[in-house]
Amino acid sequence: MTIAVRPRRPRSLRPTDAVRSVGVFGASLAFTLIAFLLTPLDGGLGFVVIAFALFLTLEYVMVRQTMDRKHAIDHLVSTLVYSCAVLTALPLVLIVGTVVVNGLPGLSLNFFTKTLEGVDPSASSTVGGALHAITGTLTQVGFAVIVTVPFGILTAVYLTEIKGRFTGLVRLLVDAMSGIPSIVAGLFIYAIWVIGPGHGFSGFAASLALSILMLPTVARTTEEMLKLVDPSLREASLALGSPQWRTVGQVVLPTARAGIVTAVILGIARVAGETAPLLMTAFGNDKVVNPVGAFHEPQSALPLFIFQQLAQDQRERAWTAALALIGLVLLLFMLARLVSRKARAR
Amino acid sequence: MTAVMQPGMEHVDLTSASADIALRAIGVSCWFGKRKVLEGVDLSIRRHSVVALIGPSGCGKSTFLRTLNRMHELVPGASLAGSVELDGKDIYGSDLRPSEVRKRIGMVFQKPNPFPAMTIRENVLAGLKLTGSKTTEPNELVEWALTRASLWTEVRDRLDTPGGSLSGGQQQRLCIARSLAVKPDVLLMDEPCSALDPTSTRRVEETIGEVSEEVTIVIVTHNMQQAQRVSDTCAFFLAEENQPGRIVEFGATEQVFSNPMDPRTNDYVNGRFG
Repeated sequence: MTIAVRPRRPRSLRPTDAVRSVGVFGASLAFTLIAFLLTPLDGGLGFVVIAFALFLTLEYVMVRQTMDRKHAIDHLVSTLVYSCAVLTALPLVLIVGTVVVNGLPGLSLNFFTKTLEGVDPSASSTVGGALHAITGTLTQVGFAVIVTVPFGILTAVYLTEIKGRFTGLVRLLVDAMSGIPSIVAGLFIYAIWVIGPGHGFSGFAASLALSILMLPTVARTTEEMLKLVDPSLREASLALGSPQWRTVGQVVLPTARAGIVTAVILGIARVAGETAPLLMTAFGNDKVVNPVGAFHEPQSALPLFIFQQLAQDQRERAWTAALALIGLVLLLFMLARLVSRKARAR
Repeated sequence: MTAVMQPGMEHVDLTSASADIALRAIGVSCWFGKRKVLEGVDLSIRRHSVVALIGPSGCGKSTFLRTLNRMHELVPGASLAGSVELDGKDIYGSDLRPSEVRKRIGMVFQKPNPFPAMTIRENVLAGLKLTGSKTTEPNELVEWALTRASLWTEVRDRLDTPGGSLSGGQQQRLCIARSLAVKPDVLLMDEPCSALDPTSTRRVEETIGEVSEEVTIVIVTHNMQQAQRVSDTCAFFLAEENQPGRIVEFGATEQVFSNPMDPRTNDYVNGRFG
């Protein structure tokens, strides 16, 4: 005969605790509200701080009724840590929330299919769309990936596999490069590409500036991924009589494939929202520029579009473009997670 | 088994030049940085025999094994003196590339390490791909190597699944098959069973017995019974305190275990230290 046993998670929150915490939370809010109404106290931030301090104090007092000092302090610190975790997530939630709320009304099919070519700057924001900016971002980021990925991976291979005499120096330079302000990267390309040889503004110039910003991320992340490859696999490969280049190409890189894809996507996410370098390179355009034209014609991009629409007081269009940009980056992150999880399942 | 090293033949001249010697170490000493871990090791290994290297931890037997196919030099700061001859030719000579040496002298490691990004079939054929060799009959080679490693019947229906999906013992036999597929003359095994359960250990030992008909095997083991079961000859390594490791005794396995010449060997094989 089987005995019915209810499984229990020893550390889970007990209902009485939950009721107490919610009660204490409500009481703190109410008390603070009363205090703010009756006294000259004022201000949103002050309200939150006082209510939170009150909440912690009351929690401690309540818990102290049934437990000894040590446990009550443990509970107090736990509550504080949980609160900090929530606080950290708060800005992200607020940003995404604000963008969604403001950007959603302007989202229509037009936004993805039309451009601003021939649209009067003062026209209603429902007229025209951001197709030229979306394709511009995709083109520029695409070229940047093509430029960056080979260099990034080869740099990582030098740092982890070759371990040449300049490893320390190269790592230092790559780290220093990741600290280059994006506007400086833009200025640099402006000087040596746009006006120096006279190539003019173009999407490709923007790609070059973005590559400068993307390379350190790709190289260093790939390096970390290659470091995770079990050294015994390299030994096994060499012990079979493989030269080093085949070991890297056939064993190390394929083993780290998912990690390298993640590195590239993190690099893309790093630059997809850059605005400053685009001002001096891509410059902006109201029509769709094809990938060939991107080598010699000014081109738009989502961050640039947001900036320029704001300057023309077209706030709704800017919000919607911001939503599209966040959506694009989110999509890439999800893709990265999916790829790395798939690899782990193998 | 070739039976020149019969028990009782105590004074076989192990250094004499002979066509039957597959691998010969002459005065091998090893350093990690400034620390000397191995001194003056001479060892001649007969073709198609199984040689066990035994001794307590830290006596330099694994280091010695790794000098035999030039894996030792991959450790940063590692250096060595002396020479190692494969069929009478110095593997550290300037006319041989390390990759050529390693192709002829394969290695199986302590921890099974199949390539995770490859299927079982690709793992067996990895050696060909990695050395830039080709075979006209890959399927036959896969079957031959896996059969030799006594793994064929277990995996014949799932050759295209990842190598990492096998159990630990099967993975180790896959690694043996991978090494055999490049048709080496010598196979070095560095404690190949220390991460395996008893059943898998037995299978690997059976595999060793089978492949020794074609390949010379040098195996490092901490397991005294295993040394007795699988090897024809046995070398006992020992490092006295703060001293580099040396070979204390080398001879037919049966003699080393039943009637050793050195009292320290006697103490070790009877479990009195180490």
